[in-house]
Amino acid sequence: MKLNDPKIAPYVFLTPFAVIFSVFIAWPLFRSLLLSFTITSGPGAQVFVGTANYRFLLQDPDFWIAVRNTFTFVFFSLVIQVPLSLGLAMFLNRKGLWMRNALRFAFFSPHLMGLVFASILFTLLFAPRFGLVNEGLHAVTGGHWSMDTRWLSDARRVMPALVMVNLWLYVGYSMIYFLAALQGVDPQLYEAARVDGAGPFARFWNVTIPGIRHVLIFVVVISTIGGFQLFELPWLLLNNTPGPEKSGLTIVMYLYQNGFVSGDLGYASAIGWTLLLLVFCVSALQLKLSGSLRKESMA
Amino acid sequence: MKKKPFMKTPSGGLDREAWTTVMIWLTLVSVAMIFLAPIVYLVAASVKTMEDFHRYSFFPPPDRMTLSNFASLFSQVNFSRFLLNSLFVTCTTVTLQLLMASLGGYALACYRFRGQQGLMLMLLVSMMIPAPVMLAPLYELLFHMRLIDTHAGLIIPGLVNVLGVFLFRQAMLNIPADLVHAGRVDGAGEFGIYWHVALPVVRPTIGAFTLIAFMGTWNSFLWPQVVLQSNELFTLPIALNQLVGLYNDDYGALMAGTLLAVLPVVLLFFLLQKEFISGLTEGAVKG
Repeated sequence: MKLNDPKIAPYVFLTPFAVIFSVFIAWPLFRSLLLSFTITSGPGAQVFVGTANYRFLLQDPDFWIAVRNTFTFVFFSLVIQVPLSLGLAMFLNRKGLWMRNALRFAFFSPHLMGLVFASILFTLLFAPRFGLVNEGLHAVTGGHWSMDTRWLSDARRVMPALVMVNLWLYVGYSMIYFLAALQGVDPQLYEAARVDGAGPFARFWNVTIPGIRHVLIFVVVISTIGGFQLFELPWLLLNNTPGPEKSGLTIVMYLYQNGFVSGDLGYASAIGWTLLLLVFCVSALQLKLSGSLRKESMA
Repeated sequence: MKKKPFMKTPSGGLDREAWTTVMIWLTLVSVAMIFLAPIVYLVAASVKTMEDFHRYSFFPPPDRMTLSNFASLFSQVNFSRFLLNSLFVTCTTVTLQLLMASLGGYALACYRFRGQQGLMLMLLVSMMIPAPVMLAPLYELLFHMRLIDTHAGLIIPGLVNVLGVFLFRQAMLNIPADLVHAGRVDGAGEFGIYWHVALPVVRPTIGAFTLIAFMGTWNSFLWPQVVLQSNELFTLPIALNQLVGLYNDDYGALMAGTLLAVLPVVLLFFLLQKEFISGLTEGAVKG
């Protein structure tokens, strides 16, 4: 066997990747399914319990709080992030716009901070009395917004705070994708639509949306998958706690607490597999819905 | 703020189209200022003394600025250690990810082999799997491998980057088959063709992937939090999370630390900016 044979070479090239993939992704994935049918106290000590973890999970009120919080977060993040970033991209894509590159960088720059460091910064920005968020709202509302407004210690404002930081981090990021997609839409299509008497809204719906459809789906799906894994943002903002009345408890945070604070790797794996199923269902639903979007806009 | 944007209008004056552009520009600038405010705040907070912290929202007058926050980071906590840990873990991970992802991408783009389609499908599906699912069994695995509380335990499980394989495959699909064939005729080995022909062609992708991989590892929190126990091994995200509790009121030092922690990513971004934007969006827009 010659390693230099073009028939053998691809297997050789893929070997390092395949080894690490098998040992540190495929095997743990399979193993976590097995673990999810056991109760463990730390690595090594396991008792097979059948589906008890899953049955317990479905009756665990904290798990449902985590599911509700995670869904709320994903929903509001998407519903605001996608239109906002698409809107900014369309504005930035306008002909003859001054300082386009500087503006683009300004919107993108929060992404460079990263989730962890941005969370640490925002613990200060959300502080009552002196926080920049309150200061800004106080100024914009002409003094109606109270400087004493509590964000991270008030259960009602924890979720809005999480969504805000998430928007700050990711609007510019998805905007980059939309901007690239918009630049790929053939300008002649807009001209043709204009000649046909299509107004701005009709042009947006019949030319822009079909033209950027792939990127739109891509952004929605990766934002959803990322959103379901929400952990660092609330964990750091809320000082390594689930927050007041568990208002910042997420599925991954619950997994972490059960697996690595309480030490039950089995229950943590059951939470993990439930998360996996949720993510697959929601992504499949989104892809199905996007299929019908194409039919509508083509008609 | 009152500055009029530069406009190319055929008539010379500002027509309705041009006024729309002005309004759009003003909207964009206002939104941009909201996006930049936290970053300006971060920079300002890191040069304020403790007593000035609440006195000025942003920057104090120049004569009141101080670098003492940075100094205290290095004298009071072992900040340089955390910085070096982060740099070591990230650079090692990124280099190895780069090698494996580009080799894998090359194999998938420039060869036809049995099992290729199945492999591609498996990789695509694996990208949708949330990483925390593997958290518990990975911990168990590393425990048995005696890699808990080591940097190797941080690096090795993080070496696989499936997105990277796809980025490189996408870019290397554009390499003409003739070029690869010519290499073979010239007697170059398969690895030689990858190294001397394929890699130079996909330089923008290398730049883009380096930045993406760097940011991913640099900001990684959950896995290091699970693996690391000893203070002297901590990476910056883990260390700064501890400082939040430690520096109860010393916000200046905390912000100085956060600023320093972000700086390497920013520097790398400016180095690789051009490659990054094109490489990042290439796959998504074409796919």
